[in-house]
Amino acid sequence: MDMELIRSLQGWGYVAMIFGLTIGFYAYIYHLYKSQRDGTKDYEKYSNMALNDDLSDSLVEEKYPQDNKKDNEER
Amino acid sequence: MQSSNAINYDYTIAKCFTVATIVLGIVGMLVGVIIAFQLAFPELSNLAGEYGTFGRLRPLHTDAVAFGFTASGIFATWYYVGQRVLKVSMAESKFLMFIGRLHFWIYILTVAAVVVSLLMGITTSKEYAEFEWPIDIAIVVLWVLWGVSIFGLIGIRRERVLYISVWYYIATFLGVAMLYLFNNMEVPTYFIAGMGKWYHSVSMYAGSNDAMVQWWYGHNAVAFVFTVPIIAMIYYFLPKESGQPIFSYKLSLLSFWGLMFVYLWAGGHHLLYSTVPDWVQTMGSIFSIILILPSWGSAINMLLTMKGEWGQLKENPLVKFYVLASTFYMLSTLEGPIQAIKSVNALAHFTDWIPGHVHDGTLGWVGFMIIGAIFHMAPRMFRREIYSKKLVEAQFWLQTTGIVMYFTSMWIAGITQGMMWRATDQYGNLAYSFIDTVEVLHPYWTLRAVGGLFFLIGVFMWAYNIYKTATSSRAIEKEPQYASPMA
Repeated sequence: MDMELIRSLQGWGYVAMIFGLTIGFYAYIYHLYKSQRDGTKDYEKYSNMALNDDLSDSLVEEKYPQDNKKDNEER
Repeated sequence: MQSSNAINYDYTIAKCFTVATIVLGIVGMLVGVIIAFQLAFPELSNLAGEYGTFGRLRPLHTDAVAFGFTASGIFATWYYVGQRVLKVSMAESKFLMFIGRLHFWIYILTVAAVVVSLLMGITTSKEYAEFEWPIDIAIVVLWVLWGVSIFGLIGIRRERVLYISVWYYIATFLGVAMLYLFNNMEVPTYFIAGMGKWYHSVSMYAGSNDAMVQWWYGHNAVAFVFTVPIIAMIYYFLPKESGQPIFSYKLSLLSFWGLMFVYLWAGGHHLLYSTVPDWVQTMGSIFSIILILPSWGSAINMLLTMKGEWGQLKENPLVKFYVLASTFYMLSTLEGPIQAIKSVNALAHFTDWIPGHVHDGTLGWVGFMIIGAIFHMAPRMFRREIYSKKLVEAQFWLQTTGIVMYFTSMWIAGITQGMMWRATDQYGNLAYSFIDTVEVLHPYWTLRAVGGLFFLIGVFMWAYNIYKTATSSRAIEKEPQYASPMA
């Protein structure tokens, strides 16, 4: 493989990567807002993790629902 | 998992790093003020022999504020914020407490080695990467220990989802790990070629390759030490202190990915008009401009978090620190891209405008956020109210004045300097010699040093206030949920 071909592949690879990442990024934006609008996922509730951050505060989402059910009852 | 009935958050490690933040802040900024006065009054360089020269002290200043004050602030806030947003106490894991302690003490020993070696003039001569290979290895060890702390705590968390600040702390860990390893690939000369002392080394890269790796690292040190972890802090401390949820959590996620993707390509702007390939320079310029978007995404998100609650600025000096930090973040992330435009850079490169830009970012954004974060943490860690609200207010205004003096003097000095260097007479000869510029710039350098001194006095006021808070302020019964109590 000569140097010219390697440079050409590098250039096109770079363009493809930028293009792919840009598409991916916009798809992510669409996904976030669509999920919120459809009610599939409420991203805004995660702000409460900073506001209600005492150990005795209720969890925003449980990691192990079964374990934490018991944990919450004890609290 | 244990019941949380009998446990509280454990701030032992956070307290240790808080002390380190304050001490290293004083050291780094004191040295900064000394060298600022040396630039204005060069005779001050001769006060302590070789140890007091600008060449020895400058790397000590930059490394002490970046890897001392700022890194300690990052660790202190991680060991505080990490527990709270993951809803798990360090006290629940003896292993993590041990790792945390080890992390702190290896860090302190490494800092001591850095201070001694830089004062002795032992350096690799790479900017912000001056440490010789034995110190680099110690830094890798302490960084891995921090990683164990981060992922260990995440592993035993109760909250399923990682709060946005945790994303930013993880990015700091991964980003610095990658950058530090690649830029510090070096050959120990004594062991390979029998040259120099046992601790000497040369870079594994040469020429313009070395320059490109160095500024890929150098600029991203700004990204992953001065930006990413500070955003982690503001996403926690501003909402928590003000009692307001983040304006848009989705925007915080978008800004995160935008910043991660764009920042890593911008370093080429440090090498404009140099011998590196032209496309690297153009790419550095373009990505620097694009960088405005994710940067302002975070900053505007923070300012809008205060929507309808601006009255808090009058009541709560900590909110002032955070809001002004966010504003300085907007200023410096607009100024940086402007300087990265090739035609602007032709004027700005190597002038005082560059340190002016760096310092409105580091003093206004990084400094104010870390100072404000520790003020918020202090009443919760020590179970006492902040010793003096008046002192916090006075510190805020003194430091704000200092920052404004610093960057405005450097703007004027830098642009004057750039114009004088380029000026030619009717025959095309340079109109000014170097000493002509020095004479013109002298008042601005003095003003800069005084501005820095104001900021340093503010740091002493902060240290005193935190010391009094920890030792003799009024005790509080119950932890405040939002606004920090102060006398």
